[in-house]
Amino acid sequence: MSNLEKYNQAFMDAFEITQDQLAGLQYRGISAWDSVGHMELIAQVEDAFDIMLDTDDIMDFKSYEKGKEILSKAEYGVEF
Amino acid sequence: MGRIWNLEEHKGKTALIEESGLQMTYEDLDSEAYALAERIGHRCLVFSLCRNEIGSVLGYTAFINHGIVPVMVSSHLEETLLDNLLKVYSPEYLWVPKEQADRFAGMARAYEAYQYVLLKTGYEIRYPLYEELGLLITTSGSTGSPKLVRQSYTNVLDNAQSIAEYLHLDDTERPITTLPMNYVYGLSIINSHFLVGAALLLTEKGLMQKEFWDFFREMEATSFGGVPYTYEMLDKLRFCRMKLPSLRTLTQAGGKITPELHEKFAGYAQETGKNFVVMYGAAEATSRMGYLPPEKAVEKKGSMGIPIPGGTFTLIGEDGEEVRTPMTPGELVYFGKNVTLGYAEKGADLALGDERHGRLETGDIAQFDADGYYYIIGRNKRFLKIYGNRVNLDEIDRLIKGRFQIEAASTGADDHMVIFVTEQDYAESVRDFVIETTKLNPAAFKVIVIDEIPKNESGKTLYSALLKEYT
Repeated sequence: MSNLEKYNQAFMDAFEITQDQLAGLQYRGISAWDSVGHMELIAQVEDAFDIMLDTDDIMDFKSYEKGKEILSKAEYGVEF
Repeated sequence: MGRIWNLEEHKGKTALIEESGLQMTYEDLDSEAYALAERIGHRCLVFSLCRNEIGSVLGYTAFINHGIVPVMVSSHLEETLLDNLLKVYSPEYLWVPKEQADRFAGMARAYEAYQYVLLKTGYEIRYPLYEELGLLITTSGSTGSPKLVRQSYTNVLDNAQSIAEYLHLDDTERPITTLPMNYVYGLSIINSHFLVGAALLLTEKGLMQKEFWDFFREMEATSFGGVPYTYEMLDKLRFCRMKLPSLRTLTQAGGKITPELHEKFAGYAQETGKNFVVMYGAAEATSRMGYLPPEKAVEKKGSMGIPIPGGTFTLIGEDGEEVRTPMTPGELVYFGKNVTLGYAEKGADLALGDERHGRLETGDIAQFDADGYYYIIGRNKRFLKIYGNRVNLDEIDRLIKGRFQIEAASTGADDHMVIFVTEQDYAESVRDFVIETTKLNPAAFKVIVIDEIPKNESGKTLYSALLKEYT
C-alpha cells in the first residue's frame, strides 16, 4: 500500500466513510469527526505509519489536507 | 437573596468569563438574573437549552435562584427528541440560544439577553409543580428518554456545600468547563463554585482544540472535571508533559477510570503538587456521593473513596442483610440530603413530593476495604456509561424496535456498546439511526448480525450469553 492509500484508509476506518468523502474533510465537518472521532483518527494514523504525533500536531490535525502537511514534516518523514 | 446563592455577597468579584472575552461580575449576574426572572414573573416550567456560554448560565441562575423550574437539556439535543420532551412536559417558556430561536415558529419572543432568547411557548397545559422542586435533569443525555430526575432546592444546595467543603473551594478558584451544564457533573461545578464566589471559565471548545488550552493558560484555570474518556484523551495528548502552572485540581467522575490511568494521573498529580480527585455520583443523588481524598489517590488506586460530607454508604448483600465485612460485595445504598425527590416520566409527575426520603439504591455493586474505602465492582442495572453519559440499553432496544419493527438486543461494556440484530438488511440503517438519534460517535458501538437472539424459557433476553458468545 502506498502512503496515500494508508493515509486514506486511516480516515475511512476511523470514520467509516468512503474515499470520495475525503477531499476537503474537516474536524466537525461530519458527525463522526468529533473529539472522540479525532482520537480514533489519530490512533489509526499513528498505527498506519508507526509514529507518535506531538500534542500540537494532534491539535493541528484539523483537516484531511492539513494532516498530510503534518505527516510530511521532517520528524515524521511521510512522503505522499 | 436567592433560593440557592447569595450572589450579592460576592458582588465585586468576577463570576463568568467567556471564551469570547465577555465577562460578568456577580453583581451583574445578580441583577441580570433578577431582570430575567421578573420578566417571567411567576413560578413555572422553563426548558433551558444549555451550552457553556454566559447566556445559558445566566438563565439557569435566574430560574433556580428565583423559584422558576428549569429543565436542563443540551442545545444539541436531536430535534424529534426535544419535541417529544416538550410535548410531555408542556413548559411555559423556552430559554434558547438566539440562532436556534427561529426553529420554534409561532412562539413569541419575550426577552433577550447575552445571545439567548426567552420564548413563550403558548402551550395550554400547565402541570402543577411541587413546591420544593428546584430543577429537572435527564439521566441519560442521549436517548431523549422522557425520564427526568426531580431535584429539590435542598438537594442542590446541600450537594454544592458538601462539594465545596471536600474540595476546599474558595473564591480564588477558576474552573474551566469541560462538561456540558445539562449534565449533573458539569452543573455541580457551577453550583459549588457560585457558592464560594469563584470565577467560571466558559468555553464550548474541547480538549482537542488549541483554543481550549490557549483560553486555559490565558485565564489561568485552576481545575477541570473529566469523565474516564476525557482522561484517555488527555493521556493521548501527553497531558502529563504540558506546562500548566495554574492548575491545582483535576476531578474525575462519570464512570470508573481504568486502574492504569488512575495510577498515571494520581502519580502526575503527586509529582507536580496538584490534586487528582476521583469521585462517585449519579443524577439521582443530585451529583456527588463519594470522593477519594487526593492524598489517598495513589495508595487507593481503583477506589472511588468514601462518602462525601453529610452522606453515608451501606452495602446490602444478596441475603438482604447489611454487609459488615471488608471485600464482600453488596448493592451500594447511599443516604444523604442530596438524594433527589424521585423521577418524573410525565407532566403530572411534577407535582409529586419526595419519594426517596434520603435513601438511594444506586444499582452499583461495591465492596469496601479494611480502611473503609469503597470500590465499584459491577452494576445491577441495564445501562452503560458512554463517554460519561448513561445510555439506557433497554431504551436503545426500544428505539430500534419502534423505528424498524425488528428485534434488537444491546449490551456491551462502558464506552463499547454492542447492538445485536437478526436482520442483515437492517444492520446499516440501525447503525445510522442510532448515530442520528443518540448522537453517539460510531466508535462507541458496533452492530452485529446474528441468527437468533438467545432467550430463556420465559422469553427474557440472555444478554450475558450474547456478550460472552460474540465479543
